[in-house]
Amino acid sequence: MTMLAFAQSDATGKRVIPGTPVFDGASAQAGYALNAMCFSFNTQANRDAFVADEDGYMDRFHLTETQKRAVRERDVPAMIAAGGNVYYLAKLAGIFGLNVQDLGALQTGMALDDFKAALMGHAVTERRVNAQELAL
Amino acid sequence: MSEVVGGIFTSHVPGIGGAIAKGLQSDPYWKPFFDGFEPVHAFLRREKPDVAVVFYNDHGLNFFLDKMPTFAVGAAPEYRHEDEGWGIAFDRPMPGYPELSWHIIESIVNDEFDPVTCQTMTVDHAVAVPFELAWPEGDFPVKLVPIAINTVQHPLPSPKRCFELGKAVGRALESWAADEKIVIFGTGGLSHQLEGGRAGHINTDYDKFCLRNLAPDPEALLQHDTLDIVELAGSQGVEILNWIAARGALRGSVHELASNYHVPISNTAAATVLLENRAVVHA
Repeated sequence: MTMLAFAQSDATGKRVIPGTPVFDGASAQAGYALNAMCFSFNTQANRDAFVADEDGYMDRFHLTETQKRAVRERDVPAMIAAGGNVYYLAKLAGIFGLNVQDLGALQTGMALDDFKAALMGHAVTERRVNAQELAL
Repeated sequence: MSEVVGGIFTSHVPGIGGAIAKGLQSDPYWKPFFDGFEPVHAFLRREKPDVAVVFYNDHGLNFFLDKMPTFAVGAAPEYRHEDEGWGIAFDRPMPGYPELSWHIIESIVNDEFDPVTCQTMTVDHAVAVPFELAWPEGDFPVKLVPIAINTVQHPLPSPKRCFELGKAVGRALESWAADEKIVIFGTGGLSHQLEGGRAGHINTDYDKFCLRNLAPDPEALLQHDTLDIVELAGSQGVEILNWIAARGALRGSVHELASNYHVPISNTAAATVLLENRAVVHA
């Protein structure tokens, strides 16, 4: 099995996993307003209200200026850096017509087709079935 | 006497829900994943379980960061899947089973777990997609007890804690007096990461390690702590915690009936595993 890379820490001693933002209490506090807005997008009427007036909608949820700028610029890494959690940001991405593969391409700086090709680089199908016991 | 007949472990990607909604099960991209459910259907036809206990994680439908439980047990009379932001809401209601939910709650609190209890609860694709996959037609023939594990906001519970939770739920089910068959679900995974510079990370070696050990030696999966799993399997690969809990609930002689590993679906290494739980052998 692929071994773990040597565990890395930041200046405060917190573990760092390269390329992998760990959504912890600090992120949850910093990103609260942005994530709360995204949570509201479970409702179609709220998605429509955001589309009709993005800035007004962001004001309602008290987004920070940094968060507002990240949303206006459709800058996913900046949204993550501002405390956005991808489980919630996915609902915002949906309004922009982006799926998680688009998000992956945006964040890794790859063209979408290259990002998909990289995923296909792992392609494998392995199946074991006990057909006799299942009477298949 | 109740009987825990087995466990169904499966990925729960929203895209699978989209494929179901669009009827793409035979599409070449999706078919290798959906084919993994043929053994599950045969098992469910044979066993006809009465109850499904589902370990899963909420993705921001029922829970938000304002109140984030580490463990939560549904005790609602009925559960519904609702729009999660992309306009898909499966319309078949999932019947609840408050009496069994409260039996589980009583039993696991007695075992020193402290879950949030939910008399109303919506369930997202992490429950709805596995239900749609397992029972594609008609009314759902099982009563649902959903058990949510926080995989969103760190610190997350440790793999060992999740395994112990599963064992506690398994003991609760063994002490359930009704003459019913129970199936356990663990949903999520396998390796995937949606955010950051490592978006698209997939680790087939780690996935195969999990698939190889799930039935015969689940404690092998406990050697990595939660951040180790994030590093190995990606931020969302940590959903394997749901599988670890579900495996813990199978306390008999556990036997693999089927395993289907298919990469990729969306950004995810997907898998479906069917385990039979044979009677506990007392010395």
